[in-house]
Amino acid sequence: MAKDQRIINIEHLSKSYGDKKVLDDINLYVREGEFLTLLGPSGCGKTTLLRIIAGFMRPDEGNVQLEGRDLLDTPPHLRPLNTVFQRYALFPHLDVYDNIAFGLKLKKVPEDEIDKRVRKVLKLVAMSDYEDRDVETLSGGQQQRIAIARAIVNQPKVLLLDEPLAALDLKMRKDMQIELKEMHQKLGITFIYVTHDQEEALTLSDTIVVMNEGKIQQVGTPTDIYNEPVNSFVADFIGESNILNGTMLEDKRVSFIGHDFDCVDKGFGENVPVDVVIRPEDIYIKKNTEGEQFTGVVRTCTFKGVHYEMFVDTDSGNELMIQDYNAFEPGTTVGMHIHPGDIQVMKKERVANTYSGTVTGEGKVEFLGAEWECRTDGFEEGEEVEVSVAFGKVDLLDHEDDAVTVGNVVFILYKGDHYHLTVKTEDGEKIWVDTTDVWDKNDFVGIRILPKDIRLSKVQKKDE
Amino acid sequence: MKASRILSRIYIWVLLIVLYAPIVFIAVFSFTEAKSLGNWTGFSLDLYKNLFTGSMQNSSGLLSAVKNTLLIALIASTVATFLGTLAAVGVSRLKPRNRQVMSFLNNIPMINPDIITGVSLFLLFVFLHILQGYTTVVLAHITFCTPYVVLNVMPKLSQLNPNIYEAALDLGATPMQALRKVLVPALRPGMISGFILSFTMSLDDFAVTFFTRGTIGLDTLSTYIYADARKGGLTPELKPLMTIIFLVILVVLLIINTRKPKTTQQ
Amino acid sequence: MNKRSTWALPYFIFLVLFVVLPLVLVVIYSFQDNSGHFTLANIGKFFSDKDSLATFALSIEVALENTALCILIGYPAAYILADKNLNRSAVTVVLFILPMWVNALMRTLATAELFTMAGVALGKGTLLFGMCYDYLPFMIYPIYNQLNKMDKSYAEAAQDLGATPGEVFRKVTLPLSMPGVWSGVMMVFMPTVSTFAISEFLTNNKIKLFGTIIQENINNSMWNYGAALSLIMLVIIGITTFLQGSDSQEDAVGGTV
Repeated sequence: MAKDQRIINIEHLSKSYGDKKVLDDINLYVREGEFLTLLGPSGCGKTTLLRIIAGFMRPDEGNVQLEGRDLLDTPPHLRPLNTVFQRYALFPHLDVYDNIAFGLKLKKVPEDEIDKRVRKVLKLVAMSDYEDRDVETLSGGQQQRIAIARAIVNQPKVLLLDEPLAALDLKMRKDMQIELKEMHQKLGITFIYVTHDQEEALTLSDTIVVMNEGKIQQVGTPTDIYNEPVNSFVADFIGESNILNGTMLEDKRVSFIGHDFDCVDKGFGENVPVDVVIRPEDIYIKKNTEGEQFTGVVRTCTFKGVHYEMFVDTDSGNELMIQDYNAFEPGTTVGMHIHPGDIQVMKKERVANTYSGTVTGEGKVEFLGAEWECRTDGFEEGEEVEVSVAFGKVDLLDHEDDAVTVGNVVFILYKGDHYHLTVKTEDGEKIWVDTTDVWDKNDFVGIRILPKDIRLSKVQKKDE
Repeated sequence: MKASRILSRIYIWVLLIVLYAPIVFIAVFSFTEAKSLGNWTGFSLDLYKNLFTGSMQNSSGLLSAVKNTLLIALIASTVATFLGTLAAVGVSRLKPRNRQVMSFLNNIPMINPDIITGVSLFLLFVFLHILQGYTTVVLAHITFCTPYVVLNVMPKLSQLNPNIYEAALDLGATPMQALRKVLVPALRPGMISGFILSFTMSLDDFAVTFFTRGTIGLDTLSTYIYADARKGGLTPELKPLMTIIFLVILVVLLIINTRKPKTTQQ
Repeated sequence: MNKRSTWALPYFIFLVLFVVLPLVLVVIYSFQDNSGHFTLANIGKFFSDKDSLATFALSIEVALENTALCILIGYPAAYILADKNLNRSAVTVVLFILPMWVNALMRTLATAELFTMAGVALGKGTLLFGMCYDYLPFMIYPIYNQLNKMDKSYAEAAQDLGATPGEVFRKVTLPLSMPGVWSGVMMVFMPTVSTFAISEFLTNNKIKLFGTIIQENINNSMWNYGAALSLIMLVIIGITTFLQGSDSQEDAVGGTV
């Protein structure tokens, strides 16, 4: 039962740097003894959240409780938590033993007990013979072990780990993952782990918290997160996936890539636009095309060690990534099918760009921090309107000339036959764009919309 | 290749000979009794004897000048090292704009010629009606020493893992303990070189001391020599004193520099 | 929270009190007469006094000549010291800095005495020689540092691309060492304009430099005029620093490319 006890409780936590909101109303609890991972791309706020828990930073709003008691007014050195830092932060002037004994000496633990405890953790991290070594002579992996030992020797209630494996090479990282997992089981204390590596998160965690742009996207077990991503960001970030535009025809019936499929999801309504996620290993591929749900032609085939990864152009002109144990030569015509249970249907977060705007004159409307030309028949100057622009009707330019406003590409999602881009404008608003052009993340783009593609509608009064 | 090597070696040695000529000159004439430089009246250790027994004219003046010089340099560079190290840690955590302001201010005393530092501080003490003497000289020396400490500690700070201070807090150290037990040991090389630089600059200073020592008759070695030279005759015992100072520094520096390569190899 | 950025506060207050305020006072005193009223007379006095102007011009001239001399003599020395083929010993470098630890006034006196012994009349020639002698290490050291930390592969790349040794030096080594030369210039030019004791000793008081007249005025309680002269000096420093700043910035950018 102790397993279900909440050790850390976080409520309405927000933090901004200047105009940038790095944490936006975070609500989260951590159960005693679990291995919880904060997962997300760089800049998603995961490290900020960890630093607030550790006490190196104060939130603007919200509360953090440890075992039911408010934590925020406790300075970091009095919190019963310890941190394993990114790039270790071992004290260069102390040897291995003194690094580990640092916290215990400050607490005036008796000399012989310090000795006993230091030796015990050194054994735990398999570094017993290294106590007199200068920390700077150790390899990355060894420094990592000492950093962990230095933290756990204090017997913290919660161990915070800030991308501890990021600086190690791949082989070392894999070994350390296994050791960390074992250590967690042996020690029985709560681990809060920050990483941007989804594979690491899936391997290690009891619970994964996926974060993006300061918000929690999904909380769940690794299997939940992998099999049932709640939105396209999670689906794209965790593992490989085909994310496709689809339409929910009725309960348990969905249409995408030009074909109708049975599925297990229901309750979306009829003829509702949805996102569909298919994991590449869930598409069954065969040489013969008869009796299969759809066909296609193999374009590329790469051996990935255990399986082959293929890109297949479907009969409807979509591109799918498929993983299979058998290789199919490029140029081969193949038949494919997908089991209903492997089709993950997600509600679309939005079906078009919508903004509230103001008509500023004849043929002019203001939204997204700029003034646009469009048809304003039936609207008066100064009137508040709702503006809608289809994803596919936004032009992106690689220069500022002719552009009405500018922005940066912040997120790219490949949807089988086009890219779905999230573009952040200079004043922080977002516009979503469907395009077949290839852009890179962080590209600077000019944004243009033809007057006929800007649709205005009366503001609907919500209180009626 | 060979010719250029010989040429460059000759160049270096000619320069060194010229650079050391006056020092050797002082040293040679410290072993004769004559009052003025360049006047050889036969070998004698009398000047050294006088220096150590203090049996010379105005002996108290010279000895107190030596004492003042050392004491001022010691106090000023110690204070500068603490002030500068604390400041460097603070500056490294400032927002870029504030950091620029601080580094601009920090640069002023380094760019200002001694005479400007001296005159401007003189005006400050006059303006504030502070009686000039020991305290004002020490304050003035701290003013031109601290920037060099900041400059020596900053690079060490940027080499340091940015989380090291937080790691100490995390392990239960109070901010003061984190400073004492982690930051200071890690920054020690920069602090030491800042201290040494401060100390030597304070020892060698003439102009700033000259303007801030007031009229109470406080002399450092520099102002003593200046006053002496303007009176016409140098105290002859300065020659052995300078010779001894030079030899001590020569030995210390040679020991440090010949040992260094070995320790880094280990 | 005990923020580390506040640790800079004591030094900030110190700087304001002992660096900014004194410089402000220099400006204030420059524009005041003995009784504390505003006046332009001090500045006017300088520009109408032929002797002061001549001294000022001479100081700038001597400082420029001395700086040029230090570069001419110091650059080759720094180059040789930094070149691993020509010099392997770190001790040689130390030997160049070592004289700085002997009291500068004492060394200068000895130099002057050497000249007198050799029968050379003290004057502008001995002044230049003596100053160059005093400030040469300040030129050699920054250039040596710059050359020493320079990545050797730049020169190798230039050679690889077909540059002769002369071209390598002119087109790669020299431009890349300019930041060192500039800090050497700052460390030599400024002090030489303002020096007083050294020039007095080396010329037996025959040649007065700008520093000497500042010193004389302050010591004779002509604070306001002394402050005005210091202010003129400060303006020169400001201009030189500005020029150096914009130049070395370009150098820094050029260096990273």
